[in-house]
Amino acid sequence: MDVKTLTFLIVGASFVLYIAIAIWARAGSTKEFYVAGGGVHPIANGMATAADWMSAASFISMAGLISFMGYDGAVYLLGWTGGYVLLALCLAPYLRKFGKFTVPDFIGDRYYSQTARTVAVLCAIFICFTYVAGQMRGVGVVFSRFLEVDITTGVLIGMGVVFFYTVLGGMKGITYTQVAQYCVMIFAYLVPAVFISIMVTGHVLPQTGFGSTLADGSGIYLLDKLDGLSLELGFNEYTSGTKGMFDVFCITAALMVGTAGLPHVIVRFFTVPKVRDARKSAGWALLFIAILYTTAPSIASFARVNMIETINGPSVAGQSSTGTAYTEAPSWITNWERTGLISWEDKNGDGKMFYAGDERNEMTVDRDIMVLANPEIADLPAWVIALVAAGGVAAALSTSAGLLLVISTSISHDLLKRNLAPNITDRAELFYARLAAAIAICVAGWFGINPPGFVAQVVAFAFGLAASSFFPAIIMGIFYKRMNSKGAIAGMLCGIGFTATYIIYFKFINPTGNIPENWWFGVSPEGIGTIGMLVNFVVAFMVFRFTADAPAEIQQLVEDIRYPQGSGEAQSS
Amino acid sequence: MGFKSEDDKKAYWRANIHLLLKLLTVWFIVSFGCGILFVDILNNIQFFGFKLGFWFAQQGAIYVFVVLIFIYIHKMNKLDKQFDVDEE
Repeated sequence: MDVKTLTFLIVGASFVLYIAIAIWARAGSTKEFYVAGGGVHPIANGMATAADWMSAASFISMAGLISFMGYDGAVYLLGWTGGYVLLALCLAPYLRKFGKFTVPDFIGDRYYSQTARTVAVLCAIFICFTYVAGQMRGVGVVFSRFLEVDITTGVLIGMGVVFFYTVLGGMKGITYTQVAQYCVMIFAYLVPAVFISIMVTGHVLPQTGFGSTLADGSGIYLLDKLDGLSLELGFNEYTSGTKGMFDVFCITAALMVGTAGLPHVIVRFFTVPKVRDARKSAGWALLFIAILYTTAPSIASFARVNMIETINGPSVAGQSSTGTAYTEAPSWITNWERTGLISWEDKNGDGKMFYAGDERNEMTVDRDIMVLANPEIADLPAWVIALVAAGGVAAALSTSAGLLLVISTSISHDLLKRNLAPNITDRAELFYARLAAAIAICVAGWFGINPPGFVAQVVAFAFGLAASSFFPAIIMGIFYKRMNSKGAIAGMLCGIGFTATYIIYFKFINPTGNIPENWWFGVSPEGIGTIGMLVNFVVAFMVFRFTADAPAEIQQLVEDIRYPQGSGEAQSS
Repeated sequence: MGFKSEDDKKAYWRANIHLLLKLLTVWFIVSFGCGILFVDILNNIQFFGFKLGFWFAQQGAIYVFVVLIFIYIHKMNKLDKQFDVDEE
């Protein structure tokens, strides 16, 4: 069977699996729709959280991104894992004990204010839409690359599948499909990684292969080889970065704190039965995420050495390589040339390809190829290529579904039930939740088909906003019981206002001025959320000093969420 | 079941905060410390085929993160039992 048929079969089989799970786990009440009935096993919730969190970008683009960034790629690796420590230690157990359905629920109740609730709802909706547009696009891209359909068809198929299990199953359906999607995704990521590790270093584990010698018998360490090659070709040394240290610090912190403040991640911890399960599932989630996140930098370095040696030809001692003749190029180069992910322009007319960081360069290489072409580079059978396609689709679908659910919950629960129409019945609320999910899918699909140019720009926004709004408000809400509504609202507004102004200025108003010389203290728009978070804390405490403490019953509520006993089940109001 | 006194409640929260501070200090040292602030110094040390600072930034810190959460789970479960506020 050829690759295309196999891909159709494997991706199709995974869809059948997801839909079957959705029918089995369909939601019958708002509680099942919002938090899966609150009865999810912590390990299952850990897997679901991992799938929820790892998007198409993590699966397809991250290894390639690191491969081109070298050391600087650590901002993503540290930022997107370190946030789980904050989440597990400072947020998840307490929010679970609080026992409501959503993040705006907590903010609204803790700060006894509809204004605070509304600010939180708007932030949640904005963050999720920003994110989901990119995911739908990701589904389309994966389809078009592997199945050779156009992107629009790909997006429509993806929408159809997500529609089915989100609208029908709600959180319950999503949770169990995410468990399946995690398994598909991690298997699809590890199989090519293990083989390419064996090929380059002779190690089965990519994580140890990363730090060992090359398999060619030269006795040279992989990373030393990569550093040498990088310098020789006019790149920076692979193991040292180009970004300023303070900027790396701020970006990492913004991504960590942003991760801990993202509503679609937090809401997953409302689905387990007990406080101790919330702690436990955060641990499992990070373990499952770490499997992929420690493999990615290994793949990044293997693929880079491999790509350079394939294109430039092996370097013989004392003599630098001059390139591989195009006519002798391995088939993966010519195959992927057709998709436009890699291309060659014979600038010096010698008929040989050459990749470098200076004027000698003749290649254009898209970062996504580092993961997508891996199975072919390692000469793996066609079913592995099909598996990688299924993994990419699983990654994009699982994240979209989680985000869409937060959007629908925000509308039907936070806006309607808790704000505009408090008297609607559970059945009516469930109907509105499904309707909101359906509409959100259509909007997300529209963005996927007609991507606004700013999608890539606004991802920094999602993390910056989560870092400068939710995170400080929740932390103060738990750890400082006297904090009042005025302080928290002022803090959120100033934090968001500051972060948004900085990002909008450098990304939209003055994009040509988006260079380190113009940044405040050398902090890029990606890292400004860290400063926004500090602004939030400082403003909140300043306003708090001049206003009264939170009322006694709120302080009592805060004391009650600080220990696990009597957590009970999540309540709707 | 439950806290026996207000003092107990305070002691439980204090123990919790102490544990958090200890774990978050380690969290900060391995990621922001070893991986970013002191990366150049640590890079002078060779760790198998890695420069040590680079290893912390792209591998080591992540392993430590996972271990930290499982230590937290274990310690908190013990603390809950000790103060009789666990969920069993």
